[in-house]
Amino acid sequence: MEEKLTLFKNRKRFGIEKNIDIIFKNTALVLSSFVAIILLGIILVVFFQSFESFSRYGLKFLVTSEWNPVKDEYGAFTAIYGTLVTSFLSLLITIPLGVGTAIFITEDFVPKVVREIIGSFVELLAAIPSVVLGLWAIFIIEPFFRAFFVFLHNFFGWIPLFSTEPTGRNSLLAILILVVMLLPIVTSIARDSLNQVPKKLRNAAYGIGASRWKTIFSVILPAALSGIMAGVLLALGRAMGETMAVTMIIGNSNAFSWSLLSPGYTISSMLANQFGEADGSQVSSLFYAAFVLMILSLVVNIFAQWLVKKFSLKY
Amino acid sequence: MNSLYYQKRLSRNVGDKFFTSLSVICALIAILPLIFLVTYILYKGGSQITPELFTLEPNPPGDDLDAGGINPALIGTLIITSIASIIAIPVGIGGGIYLAEYSKGGVFSRFIRFGVNVLAGVPSIIAGVFIYALIVSTKILFGSMYSGLAGGMALSILMLPTVIKTTDEGLKLVPNELRYASLGVGASMYTTILKITLPSAFRSIATGVVLGIARAAGETAPLIFTALFSYYYITGFGDLFYEMGSLAVLIYNFALEPYDAQNKLAWAASFILVLSILSVNIFSRILAAFTEKTKRV
Repeated sequence: MEEKLTLFKNRKRFGIEKNIDIIFKNTALVLSSFVAIILLGIILVVFFQSFESFSRYGLKFLVTSEWNPVKDEYGAFTAIYGTLVTSFLSLLITIPLGVGTAIFITEDFVPKVVREIIGSFVELLAAIPSVVLGLWAIFIIEPFFRAFFVFLHNFFGWIPLFSTEPTGRNSLLAILILVVMLLPIVTSIARDSLNQVPKKLRNAAYGIGASRWKTIFSVILPAALSGIMAGVLLALGRAMGETMAVTMIIGNSNAFSWSLLSPGYTISSMLANQFGEADGSQVSSLFYAAFVLMILSLVVNIFAQWLVKKFSLKY
Repeated sequence: MNSLYYQKRLSRNVGDKFFTSLSVICALIAILPLIFLVTYILYKGGSQITPELFTLEPNPPGDDLDAGGINPALIGTLIITSIASIIAIPVGIGGGIYLAEYSKGGVFSRFIRFGVNVLAGVPSIIAGVFIYALIVSTKILFGSMYSGLAGGMALSILMLPTVIKTTDEGLKLVPNELRYASLGVGASMYTTILKITLPSAFRSIATGVVLGIARAAGETAPLIFTALFSYYYITGFGDLFYEMGSLAVLIYNFALEPYDAQNKLAWAASFILVLSILSVNIFSRILAAFTEKTKRV
């Protein structure tokens, strides 16, 4: 007995092995903290680069729309307005479309195979690079919708949103392309949350005589609402930061207009267009615009995460 | 008496029919974009595919007769994506290992997981702006400004959250019994992770990483002012420190040119890019469905 205990006491790991273990753990620790370092780095770098412009214009930068490198006057209102309008309006179209598609996929209107194929078609749409969507928008979508835009202007021109003569690229096209990009995000998250609603809720509703759509509207959608909301917010974040397709189709004009049929600007398209050739205080102003974009998308993202945590399904 | 039979005209049945057809219409609209897009790319891009496309340099715009090929952009995309992978995969897998295997759900790991989600939501152009400020404008890489290396770094920022997330989630799915068994027979922690848990999570991690790479290959916004663009062949290692073309930036630049020849080249590049990205996606989807089926048995 005594012998055995000493035997165990002497059975230690070799020093080298122990050290490797410690090194391995600490390496993993350092690698995982890279995420935090990069995130803080991005925020700090963009903030400090924008400092010159920030101290010169302050919050006036957000509400004036002069952008004149010759006179050194900068204000990003047109771009901020464009970012908000394109992302909110595209979301307004995407939500019913995406949730409707998700309901179609989760209900049993058609055999499962067909639904799965439709589901993966929508998800594959998310894999298409945004620059390719931009190319498609320029050469196919824009000519395709031209007549429709003229119609909109002729019949609804009295509404400020359609008050300008459509000439080629405009904000409405950017909204349409954003819908195509957001659709897979909203659909797949809505589908997941609808799938997570327990079957017994549906059975209970059917049991007391509710029709299929009564069940969907009063039982299933409310139960899945928090998940769908989080998906919508994630999509909003994507829409605000989306660059390539929007830059290629929005027309890139800093002249402010209420009309969706006139060329517009978003913060990201402004960055994509001007960053390469900018110098002097224009660079700082572009960094300021980038900072605004980053704060917008950070707020939306953090709110989405909070929502998921707070309202994750209680069933 | 009639109430036992299905009545077409009853308002609830009419309403149900209406909403059902509405959701069918939604689903049909939702699959239209992909079908149209892929059709046009196959039609407009597929007709441009020639052997010269893969071997020639693109001609500078202006000469409307012949646009040349996309060889430098194709190689550039491969190089820039590889650089991004070389940076993001080890860092991401290491970080994922820490989160899944070592952390005990404390403040630090919660903060890192939160950070991963936030970083995944950072607009891709911000990654480009960040690398521009950090590396391009400071000329920190041996005095070179725009370079393929800087472009790869910008892309790696976008890949990192995907890799960490898939590693973390893949490792969490490995049953704890495997770990206990390995530690129980006296293996150390790193042997357990490297020999037992990582290999058993390999397939799910690999799928996530490959999808992340495919995604990065199509990213444009982080490259337009970090790697910029180049018309010339990539000849050697030193070219890493100079402007480097990529398929994505080629599509962007040439789509906006007024010349037909350049536009056609953009369609050809889209054809190659979309075909490779979609096939990677479809392949990994089939693989995932296949493994799910075998697991259930």
